[in-house]
Amino acid sequence: MSSSMLFNVTMVLYMVSTCIFFAFLASRSKAVGLGGTYAALFGFLVQTAAIGLRWKESYDQGHGHAPLSNLFESVVFFSWTIVLIFLFIDFKYKYRAIGFFVIPFALFGMAWAQLGLDSGIEPLVPALQSNWLMYHVITCFLGYAAFAVACGISIMYLIREKMEQGGGNVQAGGLLSMFPSIRVLDDLNYKAIMIGFPLLSLGIITGAAWANYAWGTYWSWDPKETWSLIVWFVYAAFLHARITRGWVGRRAAILSVIGFAATIFCYLGVNLFLSGLHSYGR
Amino acid sequence: MTTNKRGFAQEVWDFFCSLRLSIFLLIGLALVSIIGTIIPQGQPPREYLATLSETKFRLYSSLGFFDMYHSWWFILLLYLLTLNLICCSIKRLPRVWKVVSEPVLEMDENFEKSLPNVKDLKLKGTKEELKERMASFLSAEFAAPVITEKNGAYHLFAQKSPWCRLGVYVVHFSIIVIFVGALIGSFFGYKGYVSIPEGGAISQVQTQSGKMINLGYEVRCEKFSVTFYDTGAPKEFKSILTVVDNGKPVPGLTSRPIIVNDPLTYKGTTFYQSSYGQSDEGALYHLTVRDRKGGAPVQLTARQGERVALPGGAFLSVMEATMDVRPFLKGFDGPGAQVEFTPAGGNPQPFVILSDKYESFNAQHGGDLLITFNGMDQKFYTGLQVAHDPGVWVVWAGCFLMVVGICMAFFMSHKRVWARVTESGVTLGGSASKNPAGFEICFDDLVEKINKA
Ligand code: HEM
Repeated sequence: MSSSMLFNVTMVLYMVSTCIFFAFLASRSKAVGLGGTYAALFGFLVQTAAIGLRWKESYDQGHGHAPLSNLFESVVFFSWTIVLIFLFIDFKYKYRAIGFFVIPFALFGMAWAQLGLDSGIEPLVPALQSNWLMYHVITCFLGYAAFAVACGISIMYLIREKMEQGGGNVQAGGLLSMFPSIRVLDDLNYKAIMIGFPLLSLGIITGAAWANYAWGTYWSWDPKETWSLIVWFVYAAFLHARITRGWVGRRAAILSVIGFAATIFCYLGVNLFLSGLHSYGR
Repeated sequence: MTTNKRGFAQEVWDFFCSLRLSIFLLIGLALVSIIGTIIPQGQPPREYLATLSETKFRLYSSLGFFDMYHSWWFILLLYLLTLNLICCSIKRLPRVWKVVSEPVLEMDENFEKSLPNVKDLKLKGTKEELKERMASFLSAEFAAPVITEKNGAYHLFAQKSPWCRLGVYVVHFSIIVIFVGALIGSFFGYKGYVSIPEGGAISQVQTQSGKMINLGYEVRCEKFSVTFYDTGAPKEFKSILTVVDNGKPVPGLTSRPIIVNDPLTYKGTTFYQSSYGQSDEGALYHLTVRDRKGGAPVQLTARQGERVALPGGAFLSVMEATMDVRPFLKGFDGPGAQVEFTPAGGNPQPFVILSDKYESFNAQHGGDLLITFNGMDQKFYTGLQVAHDPGVWVVWAGCFLMVVGICMAFFMSHKRVWARVTESGVTLGGSASKNPAGFEICFDDLVEKINKA
């Protein structure tokens, strides 16, 4: 068995999970919702095994390193962290409907990695041969994943709010009735960002520490660094916006979506469109 | 007049205290930061002129877009953010400090109404007994209470982690600390670059701003090597460095290997492996010369351009050489050299010689002599980034504070519980600064335990 096969199984399981969550919204049966969560959990376990196996495979090839070094590996890891954060929030707060808006991010990541990216295991170039790579990548990606979850929740918020305003009868049923209430969504959005913001801060700090260790400057305004700072500013604005009157709810949800768009640009856009120290992610 | 002045000062103060300004500054910084990630920073003018028109170039240049993060307006935004942060903290900190240092000890009827969690307990006993019971209960299950007596009632107050309310201010203070660290680095530190040929040494560094810095000691490069994976991708760049201070090699920093993720630090200055190249001078070429009429072959070494005397009065100099001729000569491989051969009393003749694998090729030239090229000892230079940043520890201290502060602000909660003990029973009240839902569970738990006890 190879890690690649297991990644395919993972992708299928996330697809199944997404479908079940859709069925959940349509059927409003609690058991179906639980099924979606378990499908996601099973996919997560398979993916964990696959990542471990790929790690081992890199040792078998003679240049063992954590599977976090190229675009394929980082996309896979990103989707793993999204599901991890989702499962955490799902088991803690039990609003199953969120799955329909979050698991597709993970599914999309796996599908892109498996179908569109080069999955070869490469040896590490000198710049990446450091334990800091692991600390840095793991903290950053957990942060990104929490923002992905927050973005899914914010989209739900915006949809639900729109429908409520449009006179849709929430109580009477429809897809909407499985959504948590607007107040709960707003709170969950904040909670997800409360997980993401400290992790992103840690990610930036470990990145700075590594840069200082390897290159002698903790900050060089490299495009990737700058974009991570931009993301950090956006979420700092979000946190402060919530304290001031008039910024909770809709505007906070929009800020959270913008924040995730900036996160995705920081993660992918910088590598694809801009040049800099991090362009090895290509 | 005075009220007017006072009014204006007040307005300025309020402006700098406002959270709207913070949001504006944070979003503004996020937006303008994008510019510098799209326009490449710090390149020579001709690079820009290749893609920009003259007028655009001048406009961007005067706006500081080519070194945006050090332009006056970007720095101004950072200073404004700091000022905003300081003013806001000065305004709010005393209030928060009061909550922490002078807690409300009694829960009266009015205060009770403002609390999210209140419960009347049905307990039997005298006032004194109930007071003692509640005190020992709170000490055991929550926190040691402060007991006061007022208007014939006992008031108990207990709290957990009040100081976590200061978390936000720790975060904000940490940002100022990081900022100060960065300023110290920019005023008292420098960054530079040196290249040292193998066997060579330097004692001066040219900084990015063009200044020469005397190190006060020497850094010698003993050796440089680069290794590759089978795929051709580089595996390791390694310099062997020795620091020589006062004419003596420094213990521990003698023949110390430096690789990309493992620099050398001496007296607060750090040397990082950053690039390498072939040294212009210093390559040693190895040649064999044999007389075609017989006799033992002679081994020769030559430096680039050096005229070496050959047996029989001829001269030879090596112009350039390579260890692999494949890119230059079809059908051949191995080392090769472009040489200039001057026969005794003749004119210089340029030609190429190869290794002894190509005897007949080499036999085309050289008159009585058969010359073969055996290879060369290449010399590298190592390129080192040099950084001296006395502010870096301040920055790390700030980062540490930030992490601590964020954990305090996000993951800890100031929990307070009040109990009012009167003849008619006990009323319990509580509130928390964060996570009200979580506190409610904790509060209900307390109530249940008292009722059971
Ligand atoms: C322009 C500068 C800033 C000002 C004036 C400012 C002001 C404030 C104020 C007044 C609060 C609320 C305090 C309270 O609840 O009593 C706050 C909270 C906070 N600030 Fe700032 N802040 C600034 C910049 C930043 C930055 C750059 C960060 C980045 C880490 C930050 C992180 C936080 C955090 C984490 C909280 C807690 C938010 C929460 O509990 O939801 N602040 N800030």
